[in-house]
Amino acid sequence: MALRTLASKKTLSLALGGARPLAAAGSARGVTTVTLPDLSYDFGALEPAISGEIMRLHHQKHHATYVANYNKALEQLDAAVVKGDASAVVQLQGAIKFNGGGHVNHSIFWKNLKPISEGGGEPPHGKLGWAIDEDFGSFEALVKKMNAEGAALQGSGWVWLALDKEAKKLSVETTANQDPLVTKGASLVPLLGIDVWEHAYYLQYKNVRPDYLSNIWKVMNWKYAGEVYDNTLA
Amino acid sequence: MAASALHLRLLPSPPAGVKLQQRRLRSRILRQGGLSRRYSKVVCYYGLTTPPYKLDALEPYMSRRTVELHWGKHHHDYVEGLNKQLATSPLYGYTLEELIKEAYNNGNPLPEYNNAAQVWNHHFFWESMQPEGGGLPEGGVLQQIEKDFGSFTNFREEFIRSALQLLGSGWVWLVLKRNERKLSVVHTRNAISPLAFGDIPIISLDLWEHAYYLDYKDDMLTYVTNFMDHLISWDTVTLRMMRAESFVNLNEPNIPVA
Ligand SMILES: [Fe+2]
Ligand SMILES: [Fe+2]
Repeated sequence: MALRTLASKKTLSLALGGARPLAAAGSARGVTTVTLPDLSYDFGALEPAISGEIMRLHHQKHHATYVANYNKALEQLDAAVVKGDASAVVQLQGAIKFNGGGHVNHSIFWKNLKPISEGGGEPPHGKLGWAIDEDFGSFEALVKKMNAEGAALQGSGWVWLALDKEAKKLSVETTANQDPLVTKGASLVPLLGIDVWEHAYYLQYKNVRPDYLSNIWKVMNWKYAGEVYDNTLA
Repeated sequence: MAASALHLRLLPSPPAGVKLQQRRLRSRILRQGGLSRRYSKVVCYYGLTTPPYKLDALEPYMSRRTVELHWGKHHHDYVEGLNKQLATSPLYGYTLEELIKEAYNNGNPLPEYNNAAQVWNHHFFWESMQPEGGGLPEGGVLQQIEKDFGSFTNFREEFIRSALQLLGSGWVWLVLKRNERKLSVVHTRNAISPLAFGDIPIISLDLWEHAYYLDYKDDMLTYVTNFMDHLISWDTVTLRMMRAESFVNLNEPNIPVA
């Protein structure tokens, strides 16, 4: 107990590392930081749909920056809360939403992708397959709708296949910048998210976002989306 | 009708496709009843303006490839997209600046807004740069910056900070605020132009990733710094400030006697 009181939050955080919450005893509060998740495939494994260079920069630079800035904002938030500095707490909301959203969205995105050799691009079977037919008419109609909404999105953002867990219905949603899907509705669960920031495709597709969108389906991990669907409605 | 028939005979015959398009447009306008009297067969759309330097003139700070794509594809596509919309839009016939203000619709942008503003923003951006730009402005511009920001260094830092604080695609601007009668740095999301708020743009820097990704990847800070130190055209700024001063009195108020 004495040791814990002596150790500053920062030291504890360093000692424990990673994404583990710092056990809070008594008045000692802890900041739960996040870490950059590993990919379950090589950077080059999604070629030719997405180049290895894009994957490397996207994961090692962009996502890593969201993680670093989110953790920094959390520590600042913690300090502001401890101090009771309400205006600092409010001021941090923008950075938390943006960087936290960036971390959440990219973590989903990496799981949405899979090399072709491991089953990437295989259309959904099972309950999700039926639900797509039911809610969109056909798998092709869903792809067409997501491509159209992704192409029409102005600026940076995401296009989602969402499951409304209350209404048990699928829908296509878009969010601006790094807003996570939950900002569109508390009951929305992301099954698939496609990053339509220019950094996601520019080195390879340049200004032709529609080509990126039509090619990404070749490496889409529908197995993951189906599992999320089943688990959410189980 | 007689007047426009006469008009038709005086002008060289356009290609058949254009003629058909014009006939459709004319009958649409006649149906709408509004412009029929003033309508002339000359259909006016916006053109793609050319940067005032060679496409490789901004190297090494902005590569030829980037300018080729950014101007030749992105800017070009905004022009095409706008003209396509205007063929069936009641907003046909405005100047670009009027169109931007009108289509902004007090913050509830009409479909034409995005393309119209991006056409203007990009044109303005190309002219905000020059080969061997950067450095310090001279004379009155420098004085005004020092007056409104404290020092040129403060201005430079504020411009860079504002760029880094933009979360997503957009623009960072130096504007002349009409009411406050001072220079100010602002950033805007996506296509939003300060014109819509009544401010007078002086410099724009494109912060969409397409503006720097090929040259700088995720390193936006170096892109913005190089823009400030090597690309910004203080000559253009001087001209724009002179023009702006005919709308905003930066000295003592001088009220004309009627
Ligand atoms: Fe991304
Ligand atoms: Fe641009």
